Amino acid sequence: MVTTADTFQAHTEEHHHEADHKPGFFARWFMSTNHKDIGTLYLIFAIFAGVVGGAISGIMRFELKEPGIQYLGWWVEFMGGEAGFDQTLHLWNVLITAHGLIMVFFMVMPAMIGGFANWFVPLMIGAPDMAFPRMNNVSFWLTFAGFISLMLSAFVPGGTGNGAGIGWTAYAPLSTSGSPGPSVDFAIFSLHLAGAGSIMGAINFITTIFNMRAPGMTLHKMPLFVWSVLVTAFLLLLALPVLAAAITMLLTDRNFGTTFFDPMGGGDPLLYQHLFWFFGHPEVYIMILPGFGMISQIIATFSRKPVFGYLGMAYAMVAIGLVGFVVWAHHMYTVGLSVNVKMYFTAATMVIAVPTGIKIFSWIATMWGGSLTFKSPMVWALGFIFLFTVGGVTGVVLANGGIDDNLHDTYYVVAHFHYVLSLGAVTALFAGFYYWFPKMSGRMHNEFLAHLHFWVFFIGVNLIFFPMHFLGMNGMPRRYPDYTPAFELWNSVATHGYEIMGASMVIFFINIGYSLVAGKKAPANYWGEGATTLEWTLSSPPPYHQFETLPVIDDGADSHRHGGGAAPAHA
Amino acid sequence: MSTAPLQQKNRRIAILFAVVALGMLGLGYAAVPLYQMFCSVTGFGGTTQRATQGDADLASRFARSAGGTDISVRFDANVERGMPWDFAPVQVKDTVTIGQRDMAIFTARNNSDRPITGTATFNVEPEQTGAYFNKVQCFCFTEQTLQPGQQVRMPVLYYIDPAILDDENAKDVEQITLSYTFHEAEDPTS
Repeated sequence: MVTTADTFQAHTEEHHHEADHKPGFFARWFMSTNHKDIGTLYLIFAIFAGVVGGAISGIMRFELKEPGIQYLGWWVEFMGGEAGFDQTLHLWNVLITAHGLIMVFFMVMPAMIGGFANWFVPLMIGAPDMAFPRMNNVSFWLTFAGFISLMLSAFVPGGTGNGAGIGWTAYAPLSTSGSPGPSVDFAIFSLHLAGAGSIMGAINFITTIFNMRAPGMTLHKMPLFVWSVLVTAFLLLLALPVLAAAITMLLTDRNFGTTFFDPMGGGDPLLYQHLFWFFGHPEVYIMILPGFGMISQIIATFSRKPVFGYLGMAYAMVAIGLVGFVVWAHHMYTVGLSVNVKMYFTAATMVIAVPTGIKIFSWIATMWGGSLTFKSPMVWALGFIFLFTVGGVTGVVLANGGIDDNLHDTYYVVAHFHYVLSLGAVTALFAGFYYWFPKMSGRMHNEFLAHLHFWVFFIGVNLIFFPMHFLGMNGMPRRYPDYTPAFELWNSVATHGYEIMGASMVIFFINIGYSLVAGKKAPANYWGEGATTLEWTLSSPPPYHQFETLPVIDDGADSHRHGGGAAPAHA
Repeated sequence: MSTAPLQQKNRRIAILFAVVALGMLGLGYAAVPLYQMFCSVTGFGGTTQRATQGDADLASRFARSAGGTDISVRFDANVERGMPWDFAPVQVKDTVTIGQRDMAIFTARNNSDRPITGTATFNVEPEQTGAYFNKVQCFCFTEQTLQPGQQVRMPVLYYIDPAILDDENAKDVEQITLSYTFHEAEDPTS
């Protein structure tokens, strides 16, 4: 350990006289190797991508307000296409594809992993930076290039019309022989770029967490957010290469005459689905696990207690990650699996409810007997627990192969995964944002606006997605721009919910703008004695180069009571 | 704790996990032959089996000694969208004794004015019977070329393995559908 510390000392010695020296604007933001700057870039990028993806869902929501096709034709012409009937419907496929890919790969993942994890993993483990600062920079710009490639795909031919209309799952044969034209190639390339960026990021996080913890910070003393990022990094490392293999096969099937997924040459389109979901299921945990980590920090902070059952919480995430790799076919119940296969995947899927339940109940137990304060991050975290539990319960319903036969590809599924992701992951992101925004920017946000944002958002998203359970139970299929008039009532309710949610985002941006311009200066630890992880020992914002002398984690010290949660709870 | 400098230790871990990532990429590709092998061995997804003349003789001897249960077999024939062939079974439904060899005849006709080579994909429903559906001879084993306007009869010689009667999940199946779809071969090998 001593040697490790010496290395850091030697490294920082060069900057001794200018510990807070920052490079010029271009070098700082475009060639950045500083984990905090890269984290900021990721967050700005994720917010931008979120606005684009959210606007796309707005177009879809308004189209679905009434039966019939109202706005799509106008959008086809706006995008420079010819608004025939087929092109109009093709645009719908393009929109659902873009919405899914943007939100998964360019909003949630960059915000959770690129943004918050980049910012706070090194701070929380007492490291001066990430293990590979330049690779960190490459990861960001690869993700950015991937986004550009996806945007370009919307303006080139993709079969029936412009854009890639293949769904975020890109099932063959729709994505191979069904979509001639360069658009789908651009979309696949976009996933290659974003995937490569994420794999590099994963290696970076694993190395940082394994090798660069401050003296005394053992694995079992790491804050739960760091644990969540470690598990997420492993999931990325094991799942993304399989996606890369699958989409590379799509690419060669499309362009170079291979027949991996084409029965004509002895391939099988079902194999693509197996490969995709072998990645796709861990992917949903990749999106939610860092959220779990943030919620654990926040609940503990505002309960002024160490998190309940620290080891159980950490290993529940490990268990979710492991089991997450052997349940993929529950996305494919209707492809013709035998009863035995369905039985296995049903049982395995339900097993995941156990570690997830451990987490939910431990959060509640953390609050039990705690000294609660309902600051904005805590309110968002409570909203997360409620919304994620609703999504988790419908998940247990859908896990049943027999029930899924009926609900597969209906709005019930849409409601389920938006409750865990759109409402779960995004609510966790906002919780983390309000928790750490003053730490990152040095200025306090407005608590009233943050609370208002929460309530308007909470009402809006529930109005959007709760009625979708009814629509799905009544048999409304997903992925169509039109529906029978019988479904109109709940669709119009959902669209009004979108308007309310949109208003909440206006409050959010007003709050950011207000805070950056006129927010109060934030002290080092603005949440008080409940906030005990290492980032609160630094100023807000932290110095450009932190921990020139490594913090030493001492067993008795208060500074990581969260980490050492194995100690008896106060209650 | 090793005394190697941090940078070196970092590099070691990074290389290790980069290899893991490459390994997963390789496994993704390895899934292609593994999946094919898995399907043909287990009959997964209704993949039918290939049998020799000898296997067929053995099965029919077993069947005779077991007393013979009948099962009905339906035939389904399709062509890929846009392929100018007519393709249909001569007899849509047949009743066979389990274990007995039977021949089904399909007719195919090329309606275009160019020779077309087709290759047929196939499976059976319900899919759990795939492991017991044995083909001794089939037009689907090779590519078929039809001259313009040519019509041919295509036989399938098959039997159903009596072991189906011992399978909890398959023994009460009363009807099996054998389905073919002809695709136009992109670069005919014949």
